This record gives sequence, C-alpha cells and structure tokens, in this order.
Amino acid sequence: MSLILLIEQVLNGLQFGVMLFLMAAGLTLIFGVMGLINLAHGSLYMVGAFAAAAVAGWTGSFILALIGALAAAAAAGALVELLVIRRLYDRDHLDQVLATFALILIFSEGTRWLFGSFPLFLDVPAALAGPVMLPGGILYPLYRLVIIGVGLLVAAGLFLLIAKTRIGVRIRAGEADREMIAALGVDISKLYTIVFALGAALAGLAGALVGAIQSVQVGMGEPVLILAFVVIVIGGIGSIKGALVGSLLVGLTDTLGGVLLPPLFESFMQASSANSVGSAVASMSIYILMVGVLLFKPSGLFGGN
Amino acid sequence: MPRETLLNIILFLMLPATAGAALLLDEPFIITLVTKAAILALAGVGLNIALGLGGLVSFGHAAFFGLGGYAMGILASHAQSYTPLMETPFLIEGTKSMLVIWGVALATAALAALAIGALSLRTTGVYFIMITLAFGQMLYYFAISWPAYGGEDGLSIYVRNDFPGLNTLDPIQFFAITFGVLAIALFGASRIAKAPFGLALSAARQNPERVETVGLAPFRLRLVAFVISGAVTGLAGALFADLNRFVSPTMFSWHTSGEIMVFVILGGVGRLFGPVAGAALFILLEHVLGGISDFWQVYLGLLLLLVVLFARGGLIGTLAGREVAHD
Amino acid sequence: MTDPLLKVSNMNKSFGALKATDDVSLTLMPGEIHALIGPNGAGKSTLIKQIAGGLVSDSGKVEFSGRDVTALRTVARARAGLGRTFQISSLAMEYTVLQNVVLGALGQQGSVMRFFRPVMKDRDLVDRGMAALTRVGLSDQAARRTADLSHGQRRLLEVAVALTLEPKVFLMDEPMAGLGASGSKRLTAFLDSLRAQAPILLVEHDMDAVFALADRISVLVYGRIIATGSADEIRRDPAVREAYLGAEDVA
Repeated sequence: MSLILLIEQVLNGLQFGVMLFLMAAGLTLIFGVMGLINLAHGSLYMVGAFAAAAVAGWTGSFILALIGALAAAAAAGALVELLVIRRLYDRDHLDQVLATFALILIFSEGTRWLFGSFPLFLDVPAALAGPVMLPGGILYPLYRLVIIGVGLLVAAGLFLLIAKTRIGVRIRAGEADREMIAALGVDISKLYTIVFALGAALAGLAGALVGAIQSVQVGMGEPVLILAFVVIVIGGIGSIKGALVGSLLVGLTDTLGGVLLPPLFESFMQASSANSVGSAVASMSIYILMVGVLLFKPSGLFGGN
Repeated sequence: MPRETLLNIILFLMLPATAGAALLLDEPFIITLVTKAAILALAGVGLNIALGLGGLVSFGHAAFFGLGGYAMGILASHAQSYTPLMETPFLIEGTKSMLVIWGVALATAALAALAIGALSLRTTGVYFIMITLAFGQMLYYFAISWPAYGGEDGLSIYVRNDFPGLNTLDPIQFFAITFGVLAIALFGASRIAKAPFGLALSAARQNPERVETVGLAPFRLRLVAFVISGAVTGLAGALFADLNRFVSPTMFSWHTSGEIMVFVILGGVGRLFGPVAGAALFILLEHVLGGISDFWQVYLGLLLLLVVLFARGGLIGTLAGREVAHD
Repeated sequence: MTDPLLKVSNMNKSFGALKATDDVSLTLMPGEIHALIGPNGAGKSTLIKQIAGGLVSDSGKVEFSGRDVTALRTVARARAGLGRTFQISSLAMEYTVLQNVVLGALGQQGSVMRFFRPVMKDRDLVDRGMAALTRVGLSDQAARRTADLSHGQRRLLEVAVALTLEPKVFLMDEPMAGLGASGSKRLTAFLDSLRAQAPILLVEHDMDAVFALADRISVLVYGRIIATGSADEIRRDPAVREAYLGAEDVA
C-alpha cells in the first residue's frame, strides 16, 4: 500500500477518533460525576444531527445549524435529566440501563414520527467543501481536517474547563465526594443538570458534524454509542484523558484495521477468502483491542479501582 | 397458596389456553404469536438465571440467542443444499433434526458463554455491562461481514426442522414443542434457584464478601451461572430461528439483548415466571399497539420507563407483592 | 511447647504514605483467646483483613497450622479453616436467618455445584445450621428475614455462620458491638466456652469482655504492636498507658 493512502487512512482514523471523543467525553463525565450509565447518549447525538439538518434546511447556514444542534441537544439533555435521569442516580445500574434503553425507544421512534423514516441530508458548507493539498502532495477533504481541529479544540477546552474553572473544581469535587460538595453549599442537582446538558451538547455537536458526511437518520447514534462505550471501557470509566486516548486508539484501529487486515491475510491465504476473513476480523478488531486491554487492566488504561 | 404461585399457574396455563382457543377459532397467526412469546420467554428464563439469581447485568445475551439461531441456520442450510459443513479432517454434515440442532445450539452457546464469561466476569458493575454489550456487538459485526452464511441478508431455511413424531409445520404442534421446552426450562430454573448452587449464587449477588468468607468462590459460581444462562438463551435462539425459518445478524444486535432484558424486567427480575409475563406482555403490546400506531415502541418505551421508575418488581411484583423469602 | 495454630510474621501494609500495618508479628495458640486492642484507627481491621486474605500484604508471612498461606486469598484461607466475623455485619440480607447459616454449612461441606435437590431440604445442612443458631441463641429467629433482625441479632448471626464453618481458628472483629450489656455478657460466656473448640483472635472495644476473656492481649497503636502479655501485664505496661491515657499520666 502506498504511503499516501496510509496517511489518508490515519487522518480518517483521527477524524473518527475525535468524533468518538466528543461522545465518549460526555459519557465518561456523566458516569464519573453522577455514577450514571446513559444509553440514551446516542439519542442526543441523533437529536443534534436532526436539529442541524432542520436548521440548515430553514436557514441555509451551517454555523446556525451547529448552534441549533448544540442548543437542541443541550436542551433535550437538560429536559431528560430533569424528568427522568435524576430519579436514577440512586438506582442500580440495571435500572439505569433499562430506563435509558426506554429513552432510546422513545427518542428513536419519536424522531421517526416527526421526521419520517427517510434520511435527511446536511451539506458540507461551501467554504469547507473540497480537498486541500497537504505537504507531501496528499489531497485531503478540508471538512474532515476541520472536524479533527474542532475535536481537538473541544478536548483542550474540556481539559481547561475541568482543570481551571470553578465549575471544573465542582465537577472534580463531585466525583470525589458527593456529600462533601453538597455540604459545601453547592447546588448539586443544578450541577448535575449542567454536566448532563454539557455532555449532551458535545454529543449533539458530534452528531451535527458527522451528519454532514453521513446521512442523518434514526438510529444513527447507536453504533457510535456502542463504540463510545468501548472507548471509555478501554480508557477507564470516568477519565477524560482515558476517553481521549481510547477514542484515538479505537478510531485508528477501526479505520486502519479495515484497510490493513485484508491485505495482511492475503499474504498467507487465498485472495477471496483472505478478503472475507480479513474484513470479518477487521470488523471485530476494536472489540479484540478492548478484550486485550481488559485482560491486563480490568478497569481500563486510566481507570482507578 | 401464595399469590405469586397462583399467578404463576395462571401465567403458565395462559399460553396453551390462548393457543388452544386460537386453534378452535382457526387463527393460526395467533398461535404463532403465542409460540413467539413462549420462545422469547425461554430466552428470558435463560437471562434471568444470570440476571435475577446471579445479579449479572448481561447486556450481551443476544450473542447466545444469535449463536443458537445460527447453529440452526447453518446446520439446516447445509442439509437443505446437501453440502457438508466440512470434509476435512472429518466429515460434518448438516441436519434437519431439531434435537440435534438443539444440542449443537446449547453446546455452542455454552462454550461462547464460557469464553465471554471468563473474560467479562473479571470485571464488575458498569464494566461488565459494557463488555458483555461489546461482545454481543463483536459477534453482530462478525455475522454481518462473514459472507459464507448470508452476511447482512441472513439465511432462509425453507422447511421447518423435524421433530420425531410431530409435524412441525403445523402451528399448534410446533407450539407444543416450544411450550414443552419452556416448561422444562422453567422447572430446571426453579430447581436451580432452590438448589445449593442457587443458594450460593444468590448469596454472591447479595454479598460476595460473605460467600468468600464461607470458602466459596463467587467467580466460579457466576461463571457456571453465566454458562447455563447463555445455553438456555441459545436454545431459545435455535427455536426462534426455526419459528421464522430465517436467521439474520439482527438476532445478535444489541436491541435483541435489550429486549430480552426488557422481558425479564417487565415481568419482574428474579421471579421465576417474570420472563413469561414479560414476553407475553411484550408480544401483546407489539400486537395491540402495533395495530394502532407504527410507532408503538414509543409507548413501549414509556411503559418501560414507568415500570422502572415506579413499579419496581415488574408485573409480577405489582400483582403479587413483595417476594417472600423462600425456603 | 505446642506450636501456634496461627502465626503472623513481620506483616506490613501501607496505603500511600500511611503505614497501616507496621511489622506486625503475633501468634494464636491452641485453646487461647488472644485479644487485639487499640485506639480507633490503630489498624486492627486492616490487620484482620490481611490475615483473612481480603487484603494483600506488602510483605510478611501468615502461617496456619504450620502451613504457609501467605499466597492464598480469602476463599482458600476460609477453606483452610479460618472462620471470620465482620465488624460491620456482612450477611445475605434477603435471606432468612436459617439460609445464612445453611450457606455457611454448605461452604464448609464444599459441594456447591449441585443443581437439583433443594438445599433447604438437605437434612444434614439444615441441622448443622440450626445447631449453630441454637448455640448463639437465635434458633427462634430462624425463619425471619435477616434484614429484619436487630443490629445485635445480626452480630450473633455472624458468629453462628462462623460456627457452621467449623474453623480451626476464629477471627472475630468486634463481635460485641451493638449487643448491649446483657447481650455482651451472654456472648462473653459463650466465647469463653468456644475457645476449647478453636482459639479466637478477638478484636474488641468492650474492655470488660477483653479482660474477662483474653489469655493474652496485644495492643496495636499506629499499626504497630507495642505490647503483648496477660491482662495484668497490659494494665501495668507504661507504653500502653501512654498510648491510651496520654503521656502526662505516665509519670
């Protein structure tokens, strides 16, 4: 395989990883602070994508579409937190899984009801369409580069938010000891709503950004959600750093596995069966990665015990 | 007689009664629905051994359901095309015998549960939920990308498999088979719950430290429970495939795992007949609400949400009250 | 001289900078009650956990009937004959009182991979469970849900479960806590008779019970054993007085 193709695939992997990070960061934050496992996080991704497609349809503006996605996902997140999620903090994980599974059914079918079963489309804005020339003569879609940039910016912002700001201090304190932070007079339920809405907004942003390269449809959040779970299991639940490392690992493994494994199998198998075995193994590669990590670190790369 | 026992008897008899009534009214579709409920209940009975008794929140039981389904699909498709599964190093032929297929489904699912359980049970809590989920997805993507058995499109089997002395294509006879299997599984599950193994397993759910202190290893108890649980769900998968005469990767999808869990919860976690109540209710809702609206799952979601938030203990818990400490 | 049944040598455990167990060595002889006392936070429960196998030591050795069990964890040590009770009751709360002791008897018997015959119809196991309940005076509570028991009754049930294990050594972490005066007195009398069956390493705050029961007392302060001896020796020991009463009272 040519080096250029490889670099392209690495960039694709990065772009995918960065998107996963936007999802995984919210999931891991919500788990770390509130101890909640939220299956409906994929629905918020979908809400973001649909909101972006709708706003772009009305206004024609991609920026407004992104703002709409952030606002809609954050609002949906806050609403869900107020109505349902806050009743689940004291419940066991089984109840959390079931209630948020129920939320998925409601979100998915509700969206189908509103928007129909046909996929919507969100166009890449004209200014970002088309390829750019990278050093080494590589042509790469500008929009995907922008996604990588946005993702890394968000990651940096999130680290700053948690390390430097007052709300970050509270988030860290809430992770450490809920009663303590409540005793210090911080309104814990408001904090929880804010954290949940923040996680939702990140998921919505991811949905909107990806919506411009893939079609916007019901159920689009679920594969991403499960990958985000794999990410935070690999990274260690509750760790933002783990989410970032895990996202990039998963993104790269998934993308490169699909490209590299079939030729690898061809080197010692018949071409036809190598292709099918290779793609079958590639489709499982991230799960194999996860199992490998857990064999050595049962609570993930950056997870405490 | 405790109310729960009475309720269990009613639930148990409700399935054949409905099937019988449908037979008299010449409504074969209803018989098929009841059969589906019985099979899904069986899948739930399997999950309930891990979930209810062992407290293992497996979000990956679709793996076993799907493996059972594919055990049926692969064996029957080879029998249907008269090609052997493999010739070297020894010959394995396809089969249309239900009993053989069940054996293979049980064994395959049990082996998979052993491997998945041995890895997943190293973790607890959310990690366990997510890892079992991921294993299910792993098999799902494998089934999609493996072209030999239909890939994404799945496999159709034209004629239902054979059961000695019965015409399996007759809906009521096939129902009788599935109901028989369900009855045996329920009996087995009730014995396991009361046996020494069940006592220790359930204690490991309540307090693992206590179990260790009396010299029993929770990991071993849980692994064995997971294997039994997976095997029963695998058997349900084989029957489900036979009911539809079709297998597809959907059987492996996480929605399937979620739904099996929903049967258990709607009925009542840890209740012997919880999965029966839950699966019956699920099929009823699907049929009734599905007739009213294409978006019936919105209502299913709302109902599930209400059950989780307000009616803990599910249908049986609501009707029969708090679980009696059984002895 | 007889060999000790339980021998702990040079055991250490640190949590970060905190040294919870500092070079602890102690023995438990057949037929004795060896009490472990010390102020709150001295590391008594940590030590018990290390001996029981629930917490891996940084260094040191645990021997049991002459056998090195250092590498074994809780399950294997329990099977080797260590019967432990917890400071905070650790029981299967959904079960009846009888089911909890039957679980103990089942663990002692070890044949847990039986899937068919109801365990509560197993005469042998039920009889052994009932016998243990009778010994601690809980037989009339057998059918109650454990969660419905009073705090003191749960302590007694802890002891009963340990009895069903027929251990060679008892490790008891504050069995008297929450019992009340008459309950403590009864349990004291019971433990006094129990030492003939198996020796007891007893962590206890109830000093009346400790001084009435203990053949030897070890005092643990900041993870170190500062003194070991008979009740009288401990009462007179200046280091103990200092630890308990503060330096100024020594002179």
